[in-house]
Amino acid sequence: MIDTWLPVGVVLSSFLPGLFIFFLAESRIRLRTALNLIGALAKLALIGVMLWGVLNDHEYVFRHTVLPGLDLVLKADALALLFVTLSAVLWLFTTLYAIGYLEGAPHRSRFFGFFSLCVTATVGVAMAGNLFTFFVFYELLTLATYPLVVHRGTEQAMRAGHVYLGYTLGGGALLLVGTVWLYGLAGQADFVHGGSLAALPPETAGQLQVVFLLLIAGVGVKAALVPLHGWLPLAMVAPAPVSALLHAVAVVKAGAFGIVRIVYEVYGVEFAQSLDLLTPLAIAAAVTIIWGSLRALFQDDLKKRLAYSTVSQVSYIALGVALFGPLGTIGGLVHLVHQGIMKITLFFCAGNYAETLGIHKISEMDGAGRRMPWTSLAFTLGAFGMIGVPPLAGFVSKWYLGLGALEAGMPWVLAVLAASSLLNAAYFLPVLHRIWFRPAPSAWPAEHIPQRGRWETAPLLLLPPLATAAAILLVGLFAASAFSPLDWAKLIADREYLQWTP
Amino acid sequence: MTDFLDPLPWLIMLPLAWGTLAFVLGPGRGGRLAIAAIALQGLLVLQLAGQLLAGGARVHAVGGWGAPLGIDLLADGLAAVMLLLAQAVALPLAIYARGYFAAQPKGRELFWPMTGYLLAALNALFLSADLFNIYVTLELLGLAAVGLVAIAGGQAPVTAALRYLLATLLGSGAWLLGVALIYGSYGSVSLAILAPLVGADAPLAATLAAALMLAGLLLKTALFPFHFWLPPAHGGAPAPVSALLSALVIKATFYLVLRLWLELFAPLTTVAAAQLLGILGAAAILWGSALALAQTRLKMLVAYSTVAQVGYLFLLFPLATLVPPDAAESAVQGGVMQAVAHGLAKAAMFAAAGSMIVATGRDDIGRLGGVGAHLPLTLFSFGLAGVTLMGLPPSGGFSAKWLLLRAALETGQWWWVAVMIAGGLLTAAYVFKVLRRAFLPVASGDRVTRVPRTLEFSAFALALAAILLGLFGAPLLALLAVGGAA
Amino acid sequence: MSVGLLYALAGAALVAIGLAGLLLLPQLLRKILAFNILGSGAFLILVGLGQRDGGIDPVPQAMVLTGIVVAIAATALALALARQLLDLSGRMRLPEDGPDAGAADD
Repeated sequence: MIDTWLPVGVVLSSFLPGLFIFFLAESRIRLRTALNLIGALAKLALIGVMLWGVLNDHEYVFRHTVLPGLDLVLKADALALLFVTLSAVLWLFTTLYAIGYLEGAPHRSRFFGFFSLCVTATVGVAMAGNLFTFFVFYELLTLATYPLVVHRGTEQAMRAGHVYLGYTLGGGALLLVGTVWLYGLAGQADFVHGGSLAALPPETAGQLQVVFLLLIAGVGVKAALVPLHGWLPLAMVAPAPVSALLHAVAVVKAGAFGIVRIVYEVYGVEFAQSLDLLTPLAIAAAVTIIWGSLRALFQDDLKKRLAYSTVSQVSYIALGVALFGPLGTIGGLVHLVHQGIMKITLFFCAGNYAETLGIHKISEMDGAGRRMPWTSLAFTLGAFGMIGVPPLAGFVSKWYLGLGALEAGMPWVLAVLAASSLLNAAYFLPVLHRIWFRPAPSAWPAEHIPQRGRWETAPLLLLPPLATAAAILLVGLFAASAFSPLDWAKLIADREYLQWTP
Repeated sequence: MTDFLDPLPWLIMLPLAWGTLAFVLGPGRGGRLAIAAIALQGLLVLQLAGQLLAGGARVHAVGGWGAPLGIDLLADGLAAVMLLLAQAVALPLAIYARGYFAAQPKGRELFWPMTGYLLAALNALFLSADLFNIYVTLELLGLAAVGLVAIAGGQAPVTAALRYLLATLLGSGAWLLGVALIYGSYGSVSLAILAPLVGADAPLAATLAAALMLAGLLLKTALFPFHFWLPPAHGGAPAPVSALLSALVIKATFYLVLRLWLELFAPLTTVAAAQLLGILGAAAILWGSALALAQTRLKMLVAYSTVAQVGYLFLLFPLATLVPPDAAESAVQGGVMQAVAHGLAKAAMFAAAGSMIVATGRDDIGRLGGVGAHLPLTLFSFGLAGVTLMGLPPSGGFSAKWLLLRAALETGQWWWVAVMIAGGLLTAAYVFKVLRRAFLPVASGDRVTRVPRTLEFSAFALALAAILLGLFGAPLLALLAVGGAA
Repeated sequence: MSVGLLYALAGAALVAIGLAGLLLLPQLLRKILAFNILGSGAFLILVGLGQRDGGIDPVPQAMVLTGIVVAIAATALALALARQLLDLSGRMRLPEDGPDAGAADD
């Protein structure tokens, strides 16, 4: 009984507070904050219970029949928990950050309501037990994030929202067609270890290839695979906590996670390899990695540079998935977590610069390190992590991706990784140079929050990035210990390769 | 005695009775009576649904006379689903209407009696078992609907009502001609007697009759290119009336098309005719959506959305005609699901639009700023209804789209897939056109006033029902399967 | 040619006249009259085709009686609306332009 309802509880723990928050008066700040935090903590507690259970070979499955032959399934397995835990932890930090960020801003009830719905959709995506359920929450995610993207209501935000909707609803449509088609061919599309399509008659291979293309294009929009990435840099007009959510916790992650599920648990990585689907995916990911980094080089707007960096970095996950062999899988999966921690830190910091000093452009960042040393330290850790400096999180990901490339017999991927690291350095190091080594200007563009004693900015803005920055260091340093993201990724990779022996 | 307790005749008698009483009692007490009576009708339909699920389709001989001299009432799964939809939409709308007419009293005296007759005609139509009885109910339905369009008075509504009246009379005229040809060919109008006769031998007159009746019904259902009368009629009437008309009245004629196509004239159907209906449906989806996007008045936008959504209903015909039974069943289920989902969602959308118009004092999409801040529940309802119309999950509209897509892919008719996907995206475009406006702050010089709570909650109940239909659609499909209509 | 078929053909002619009038005549009163002609034609077909084997079939007669009642009700409603329109606009005709054309300007 409990086993069935735990996954539902995880979804409801943000859904119900979210609904309630919608109808709170703007002035009920305390109650709203309390609801947010209770929801976030309850979710973490439920996830803790399930983590313990899954380690002990427990299964948590909830099943509800929507139409004959069509089930809504929520399932907590190792892969789901990897993403759920990431989302829930980062959601807690993002909520705290957003409370500080939006202090005194209008429409906070609406904001936090949709914020909660957004996380609800994300954990739903993470725990979806079949392709249909995945699609349901994937579309819900689109609807819940749109109001956040246009939250500021400016002309620019409205336009970004328009583009965002166009891309994501279009992607959703492709995903729907692929999903229906697959259900027609196979009767179901449950997520199971090793996939379930290998048993289909061989004459369906051609159709399965087309369906794969539709599905990957559908989730590729949210994962910002080139050329489907156009919405992401525009969406950076949203408030910083929303950007953090889009880039690290929810939207692009949902897309990347979809690629993982489709390749491993619908098609099965071995079957996908036999259909010649992995190499094209690897090429698409490689192109995205290079293209995103190149575009990032030329952005002066800090958030835009970070956005293009996301385009590039998220495709590491797709790349890892496409490298046939457990090491590549481990690299991709662990990067799902590592990229989230690093990118959320960077966006928190970008938000801090903007909120505290009015800095939006890289050319305005000269000497910011002296005025905001802690924020700048966190930013530096995030940037080094992205470049892949050992022993930070990003290094671990790249190490396994490199090993995976060799294992899969695709040495050209090493060149892509090297080029991408160089480009990462090329677009992050100049920023760090400005922050630390250039003299500060006589006046900041717009200083909203003055220095108060030791606090360089509001405490709720400073503490979340410091915590996530510490995590960048810790998950790298302790990658080899039990319960680290790397350890968990190894557990998952073990289960996805059924017949394969290195 | 058991006959007396049979729900079938009461579903027709009750609304006739309370409609007449409401005329005598006036809008205040009449409205309260109507709400209580519709709730009772809802219970009767639930009782009927239970009977059907337990014991199969039911026949009731009115007054104990029975066919061929008397009139038979027939309730199978399809009829029960439509009856359920009618009462489920009417009850929240009746509650909504009391609040609405308190704020905008124009036409309130005639609303309740007309609505009673409208529901009586609808229920009678769904339960009719012969072609001539259907003719009478069609005319009653048309007259009540036209009357409702005109109740608020004013030049535009009266013009719209007249145009609607002429269209609907022409449609029933075509139906009557068809009935005459059928009677001349077979000497009966009973659906049960005719079905085997048409299957055995279909002279030219029967084909002509089928074409005439179909054309009449398409005109009344406002399928492209016969949609000209719908937007002004649905867009110009008071909001509760628009909701009733868009949600229920056009569904009644669609129900007849479906019934004739699947049962009486099934031996006459051809792939070409089915594809033609599908093409008209596709044109309706694209043209209706494009025009909805071009509207500047909120209610006209919602009305054109109805033109587009009607198109989805007709996609079921190419998907269900002369294809493997699996795909056909999926298509019919999808079409009926779409009828129910659209009924609930469109009623919610018109109700929410009506609340916004009451609150802002004008019917202008460009002046919706502030609605999001002052009427969050209404905007939320509009959004939820929009989700159903776009066919996003989880919603009744999505379940419908899923079933239709599945049938299309199974029969290899991928072009309908493209139409459905394009239609969904166009729907998103016009729904978000409204939502994004409503999110903006109040423009200077505009005012947004509060509206009665009943307006907000009744619209929300309808929208929520459309969403829940997506999660709990299986029982509805089980009911639909009773009597083998699907 | 049987009498019944003659009636039916006459009915068909009436229907054609009524249909043409309903679609082509701009004046509302004429449209309403045209509808009545169309209806009468349909009734005539119903009665005419119903008379088979020389005998008189009472069922179509009963149907036509019902139909006439319905037609009278419809005519009354149409006349009332037309009268209202005359009071409101001073004209006894519907505006010419189709509603789709006025999409952007109303």
